[in-house]
Amino acid sequence: MPGHFEPLPGGGAAVALDDVEISIIRSLAVQLMEIIGPGPAEESGGDPLAELFADGPSEPPSDPVLRRLFPDAYVDPEGTERPEEAEEQRAHSAEFRRYTENDLRAGKRENALAVIRSLDGLRAAAGEGEAVLELTPEESLRWLGALNDLRLAIGARLEITDEDDSDLLFRLPDEDPRKPMVMAYLWLGGLQETLVSTLMP
Amino acid sequence: MGSVTSPAPLEIERTESAEEVFAVPEPDVPWVTIVHNDPVNLMSYVTYVFQTYFGYSKDKATKLMLDVHHKGRAVVSSGTREEMERDVQAMHGYGLWATLQHDRK
Repeated sequence: MPGHFEPLPGGGAAVALDDVEISIIRSLAVQLMEIIGPGPAEESGGDPLAELFADGPSEPPSDPVLRRLFPDAYVDPEGTERPEEAEEQRAHSAEFRRYTENDLRAGKRENALAVIRSLDGLRAAAGEGEAVLELTPEESLRWLGALNDLRLAIGARLEITDEDDSDLLFRLPDEDPRKPMVMAYLWLGGLQETLVSTLMP
Repeated sequence: MGSVTSPAPLEIERTESAEEVFAVPEPDVPWVTIVHNDPVNLMSYVTYVFQTYFGYSKDKATKLMLDVHHKGRAVVSSGTREEMERDVQAMHGYGLWATLQHDRK
């Protein structure tokens, strides 16, 4: 069934994808990897060993996509009344970010890379036309993470911040420049929804 | 080959901070992990994450997901500050919007 994951007997999941769909997912995954990047590693100077031990950034990213993927860990979104408490939350968030953001970036890049690799393998095997992508249980988990990150990234670009925003976007006229992105967002949502259902314990 | 019901995602690694080891313990004040509502994450996915990462039953995971959805936030775990930092990092790995704080209310 196109656009829908189905469980495979013995674990894993399968979905039928045509050339255009493969290209769209691959292109979005590549863009996601580029946005996430290695992150602003501090003071490593390109030395791989130094990079291994380098701290991550302490400032929140300026890109709204990255701010959504790597939110502040200690800052209460509903705010706090006391300025000294807000200052303390920012300091703790900065420290948390230094010790976690590089690992989180690496994990999200690996998920996106796994998506690209399985699509490339599919394209090489199938040639033209529609192909059936079969994922192992491990690949399913990576796809699930990457599909979610892609939807978060597109959601941030489309500035979907509450339920009303998504309702409005779904009723966009065809000529709206955001329409293709919204269509991709909805389609990825269907893929993710059906992939989750194959994984539900 | 990873199991589908693996309690933690493969990409999550705990990074120990030297400072934390020597931090003065704050006695008897638990910390909590809070997951906040956002309009992008699917309800089924959030439930899935609560079941697989925390090992909660389907009923408990669904109730927490509905609390996040309707009340805007839900406390999903409690414990030491270090444990809650681990949970928050895991939630960020899954793409959920999570924060930690003292359980003072």
